[in-house]
Amino acid sequence: MAAVAIAARALLLLAAVGPAAALWPQPQLQRSPPAPARCPLPPARFHFAHAAGSAVGPGCAVLDEAFQRYRALIFSAARPAENKQPWRTSCTELLVSVTTPGCNGFPSLDSKESYKLNISRDSMLLYADAVWGALRGLEAFSQLVGRDENGMYYINETEIVDFPRFPHRGLLLDTSRHYLPLKAILETLDVMAYNKLNVFHWHIVDDPSFPYESFTFPELSKQGAFNAMTHVYTASDVQTVIEYARLRGIRVIAEFDTPGHTLSWGPGAPGLLTPCYLGKDPSGTYGPINPIFNTTYQFVTSLFQEISSVFPDHFIHLGGDEVDFTCWKSNPEILAFMKKMGFGEDYTKLESYYIQRLLDIVSSLGKGYMVWQEVFDNGVKVRPDTIIHVWKNNLPYAEEMANVTKSGYRALLSAPWYLNRISYGQDWMAAYQVEPLKFKGSSKQKDLVIGGEACMWGEYVDVTNLTPRLWPRAGAVAERLWSNATVRNLQDAYVRLADFRCELLRRGVQAEPLFIGYCDHEFGGF
Amino acid sequence: MGVAGLLVGLLLVPAVLLGGSFGRGEPPPDPQPALSEWETASDAVPEDSLWPLPQSIRTSRLRLQLAPERFQVVHGAGSSAGPACGLLQDAFRRYFEYMFGRSRWRKPYRASPSAQGELSQLQVVIASSEPGCDSFPHLASNEAYHLTVTEPVAILKADEVWGALRGLETFSQLVHEDDYGSFLINESEIYDFPRFAHRGILLDTSRHYLPLKSILTNLGAYSYNHVYTPTDVHLVIEYARLRGIRVIPEFDTPGHTQSWGKGQKDLLTPCYSGERPSGSFGPVNPILNSTYDFMATLFKEISSVFPDAYIHLGGDEVSFDCWKSNPEVKEFMKKQGFGTDYAKLESYYIQKILDIVSSYNKGYMVWQEVFDNKAELKPDTVVEVWMANNYAHELSSVTKAGFTAILAAPWYLDYISYGQDWTKYYRVEPLNFPGSEKQKKLLIGGEACLWGEYVDATNLTPRLWPRASAVGERLWSSRNVTNLQDAYKRLTNHRCRMLSRGIAAEPLFVGYCPHEARWR
Repeated sequence: MAAVAIAARALLLLAAVGPAAALWPQPQLQRSPPAPARCPLPPARFHFAHAAGSAVGPGCAVLDEAFQRYRALIFSAARPAENKQPWRTSCTELLVSVTTPGCNGFPSLDSKESYKLNISRDSMLLYADAVWGALRGLEAFSQLVGRDENGMYYINETEIVDFPRFPHRGLLLDTSRHYLPLKAILETLDVMAYNKLNVFHWHIVDDPSFPYESFTFPELSKQGAFNAMTHVYTASDVQTVIEYARLRGIRVIAEFDTPGHTLSWGPGAPGLLTPCYLGKDPSGTYGPINPIFNTTYQFVTSLFQEISSVFPDHFIHLGGDEVDFTCWKSNPEILAFMKKMGFGEDYTKLESYYIQRLLDIVSSLGKGYMVWQEVFDNGVKVRPDTIIHVWKNNLPYAEEMANVTKSGYRALLSAPWYLNRISYGQDWMAAYQVEPLKFKGSSKQKDLVIGGEACMWGEYVDVTNLTPRLWPRAGAVAERLWSNATVRNLQDAYVRLADFRCELLRRGVQAEPLFIGYCDHEFGGF
Repeated sequence: MGVAGLLVGLLLVPAVLLGGSFGRGEPPPDPQPALSEWETASDAVPEDSLWPLPQSIRTSRLRLQLAPERFQVVHGAGSSAGPACGLLQDAFRRYFEYMFGRSRWRKPYRASPSAQGELSQLQVVIASSEPGCDSFPHLASNEAYHLTVTEPVAILKADEVWGALRGLETFSQLVHEDDYGSFLINESEIYDFPRFAHRGILLDTSRHYLPLKSILTNLGAYSYNHVYTPTDVHLVIEYARLRGIRVIPEFDTPGHTQSWGKGQKDLLTPCYSGERPSGSFGPVNPILNSTYDFMATLFKEISSVFPDAYIHLGGDEVSFDCWKSNPEVKEFMKKQGFGTDYAKLESYYIQKILDIVSSYNKGYMVWQEVFDNKAELKPDTVVEVWMANNYAHELSSVTKAGFTAILAAPWYLDYISYGQDWTKYYRVEPLNFPGSEKQKKLLIGGEACLWGEYVDATNLTPRLWPRASAVGERLWSSRNVTNLQDAYKRLTNHRCRMLSRGIAAEPLFVGYCPHEARWR
């Protein structure tokens, strides 16, 4: 029957009972005394407050809302009448001190996320350079709070100095192959914050559907969405996502992938896609964006003007992957254009021609860009600050990382982190064991690796299975990108991740199990 | 049961048998759906959404309208069942809600422009003088039905209530909503019966505890402290019965019993390290009389709690290491003349358990090892074939020896992989093993297994459905129903229907449903 016998089973089973204060992802440095003092946290009296001299005070939405959120998360199961005990030495206040002012901006690639946390009997202090670091520190603080058998909340004396290893720690969701309701995206942002992930890569449109409601080109979603009324993201949905993410210190990078992966754009933008030919006649099907007409570039300019104003992040993801040349090759006008331009038979030149013009358009809008690796592989001239997104797995991705950084470009790694590709067993381990900097190159090259992204492509994923497929597996990627390179012990990670998964259940997240066992708070949210 | 933490594998024989752009580096799906299949066709024909496909179906293009405020499901003239049949009354209400429940149809009724008449009733006629309203479904239950849909009434004829339940499901699948919100059904006639009598799902509630609610959801569609109380068990059995589903409990011995040890002293074999007990325990200790006293009492309780004629006794994956280390076990081996053949000791144990269970007038199911190790089995024993390696050969051996077999080997749904793996389950032909006609008849069905190493309430439902539906059709429909394109289309629709009934079934491929899953 159950033919799986895992040798380490007995050991792994113990893991359900981890230490109360295991942290995920592991901080860079944590010091606790050998016998740490345990300080009670009385739910009725506990509060967060701004330290005297902090550059940020009350009225800062990022912190005010985070205080509320983490209060609710920490004491979610607290019964009201619990403050009867005479709290003599209790921890009633976490003082938050931020050095740099700034509350209304958006997080960016350069944002400072470092923080220090000092928990002692006398005081609890959280220091951060910027509010974004304070958010990371609040998350760590919430994970430090335990609850004993009598239901008493407590925190142990400890000291944490923490900062991210990589500044770009992302998660990609694909809302074109299946539509994801707004609530599913917002919950994902919550769980990303629990994992200290800081970039939501929104692969918002693709071949199957165009759910983004454009105010410049409303026909795109009217004609291209699965259902123009129900399966769309309105302007207010998009604003909600951006603000919800900002309050959690998460950047939103929108991807509008061209010239391939655009079939759903066709019905709402007549003349945009290349008509494919069968012999001498149009076959009725369409290929990539038609790169030979000026009207195409007028359209692209207007669309990206809108996108640049809607999405505040400096970067836009321009895609540029998997362009199929079959349709271009069949079209006589394209053939004539190729001849005129002197491209010969080399269609990558035509692709580069398109991409080049697109990059110029986006640059002129004052935005930076990210592209999938093909754009680099095909030798397109890109700006020096371009980020090359490495995703292919057919060649060792380490080689590509070496090539990209050798050319002086910044690299972002996703190749080993396609979480949509499920398999039997504890596949989080493979994701965890990746070492992003393990490629041949100078330390200068290594510095060009800005991080990575876990990808959840949507072929087989919709709202029915998104959350358990994503969590806690994406947590493995999150720790790899946040914690020190030396943090790679699988046994230790198993114990902490199993514990963190139980914490996710307690917070109402439908995170699937790592292996056999149970949690005190099982999932009950049907 | 009162026996907390026992391995309870619930075997459920289901009543409700119940499109490409490829991302970076995605292999093309198999089968490759055409672009148009991303969308649910609005000019659908009735067969497009039936799952599993009935044995025989004829439909007309003539459409009848159903008005929810007038339409009724009733007992027909001459039926041996009437309003006193709670099982059918319940089913009538349930299916009415599936068909009309989710729409706000209480608005003024308008005739649909595409309807050519109205269907006002579905009359259900049970022929047998023993309709089965208060009984439990069993292996020989008659699940056949005959459904005729013509204006003004549809007739559903079945010998027993079990066939009526299957027919109600089919009827509900024939009803569809048009673009204007009208409910329509095509005039049609269906003769239907299952190909195999045993069509099961196995859930594992030991490796992860499954809340009662998620078990019940998956039977059609709470409990604290991780224990199933007698009330819980009774609830599962009755919920299943009302849907024509048998509940077969598995209490697997002598291996897979680690969790029994804490609650029952001396039941498990103490393992030795050299001359001393190591502190760990192995399988059930087969050499003590007290073991058999305990088992007699336990199985007496199980026999009375679970009404089905069968109990699954497990008997798989017994590791001999611990027995080999124990001096008392070795002494016993010598005394019995077993030599060093521990399979004989295993058979000795199993034999005694089989005798105990027989004495309670229960039949038993066992995993294939029990047969492989040549334990003496009652002729009506059901042998469950689970080892993936050459299962056709095993089916051949089991049936050649005259035993009844059920197949699970190719249907371990806990073994997930990337892509459309339902096609793999769908393509299995259970009777594709060497053997005579008589042998083929001994294969009574199969089971989709969802073992619990990596499954709990968080991911159970999307992992089970619609993948288990592929097994459902293989076991219900005719052998020649094998077209993957056609199955893809129908299963996609069936999955959307499950969503509209509140089951979070995962997608087969790219696309959408008119009514997506509700976010919790």
